[in-house]
Amino acid sequence: MTGTAFIQWAYLVASILFILGLKDLNSARTARRGMFLAETGMALAIVGTLFHHEIISYQWIVTGMVIGSAIGIGIALWTPMTAMPQRTALSHAFGALAVTLVGVSEYHRHGSELGSIKMTAIGFEVMMGALTVTGSLMAFAKLQELITGSLITYRGQNASNVALFGLLVGIWFYLIAVPAAGPLFYLLVGLALVFGILLVLRIGAADMPVVISLLNSYAGLAAAATGFVISNTILIIAGTLDGASGFVLSILMCRAMNRSLTNVLFGGMGIAPAGGPTADQVYGGKVKSATAEEIALLLDTARRVVIVPGYGMAVSQAQHAVRDLAILLESRGAEVAFAIHPVAGRMPGHMNVLLAEADIPYDKLKEMDEINPAFEQTDIALVIGANDVVNPVARTDLSSPIAGMPILDVDKAKTVVVIKRSLSPGFAGIPNPLFAADNTLMYFADGKKAILDLIAALKAA
Amino acid sequence: MDISIALLTIFVLAAFVGYLVISRVPPLLHTPLMSATNAISAISVVGALVTAGSDYGTVSTILGFIAVVSAMTNVVGGFLITDRMLKMFKKDKHRR
Repeated sequence: MTGTAFIQWAYLVASILFILGLKDLNSARTARRGMFLAETGMALAIVGTLFHHEIISYQWIVTGMVIGSAIGIGIALWTPMTAMPQRTALSHAFGALAVTLVGVSEYHRHGSELGSIKMTAIGFEVMMGALTVTGSLMAFAKLQELITGSLITYRGQNASNVALFGLLVGIWFYLIAVPAAGPLFYLLVGLALVFGILLVLRIGAADMPVVISLLNSYAGLAAAATGFVISNTILIIAGTLDGASGFVLSILMCRAMNRSLTNVLFGGMGIAPAGGPTADQVYGGKVKSATAEEIALLLDTARRVVIVPGYGMAVSQAQHAVRDLAILLESRGAEVAFAIHPVAGRMPGHMNVLLAEADIPYDKLKEMDEINPAFEQTDIALVIGANDVVNPVARTDLSSPIAGMPILDVDKAKTVVVIKRSLSPGFAGIPNPLFAADNTLMYFADGKKAILDLIAALKAA
Repeated sequence: MDISIALLTIFVLAAFVGYLVISRVPPLLHTPLMSATNAISAISVVGALVTAGSDYGTVSTILGFIAVVSAMTNVVGGFLITDRMLKMFKKDKHRR
């Protein structure tokens, strides 16, 4: 078998393993086996490629692989689970950088000889790749709080962004017609880098689940485009799988907020809406605050408790304390479940990973549709650092910015206990009538401290 | 032209397969899913390897080298961290 034939077979088998691996992710039971399959596929594809007939020197290849592996091992071992959204954003940047550089190298080598089909692919590749590099780095900086997490807006922002995007597409089309226009190609790369920054600048931290999914999709599509450029089937397949995954996740996240993708990217979420009820009107004299002892008395007799974690739980690193509280409640005969909203946290599935890290069995983590009918039979709904995803206004007020967003129906529980540092609004910028409801008790404290206090009070009760 | 159509066919079919397979992943595993697909799309390392190792000139060698480093970071880091996460997902032993 010649080298080329071996590579093609290796790619075919690797593609099959990738698809089977992702299929195994449909259940937590089979997921690890699936990843083993995907890893095998990756190893096979890399080894196969080393037999490529054009490779003459392994010096830079080996050095690069060693350095990359070392960085990868470091990141994988030392990233805390709470920092998973940042790690993911950073990895989108790495992936997109690799793709962009391969594209630039291809253009540098062939430039004017490129046919229109290859030029279409290469233009798409570097454009999507470059904007994903800077967009992901911006997302990383926001999530890591190197820069402010709130959205940065200025006058004419949407108009200038749309204009810049139009310019990018214009240059891309021109290059397809005139591939030899070298300076324009590099201008395309440069402008796409700028566009990535501007695009994520105006997106608030709570919209990160959508943005990360979208960047995931872009990185995948850019990789797929590379496959067209260098006529490499496995790049097309793997890149498209990644692109499809990011796309499906962005749609799911948008649906979970009842917003369109356009609204997330260009909408005005986070700017306090005019005309809605003010915080004073909603809260004035109606908010009841409770002590740890009072809440412990309620928990002591509760049969069914549902814990609702939000980003506040991740910020205060309360997941281990929450686990201890759940075990304590169960040892007293209560039934404990966790209600997870799809956009709770900063990336898809963020809360599930944190709770799994704290050794909470995954069969206790309930999705929104599964848990919502159960709230009416729930004695206590314990909300930890969540706000907009439990705001009943989404069901009742059609003019609210979160109107129609599917929420967790915690207000239907017999008693709602909300652990929160203050009455400050969530990302949507609106007051939450849940906090002033008759059956709600507020416990104003940092998430972790509050849970530890509750545990102590419950043990004393 | 023929090769382009063949590649386009592969792309369209992969998009359908991806959509169907990914739609069945439960929200529970969405974070591992994202890091897994990210690792898989780091298959772009194969393009980077050829760019870095072939006799394409200094510019290509340098660009390829940096691309190998970044893609390899995702291959190794992505799969390791996915496994680290998946290891944490356990079923309740006491209940059933």
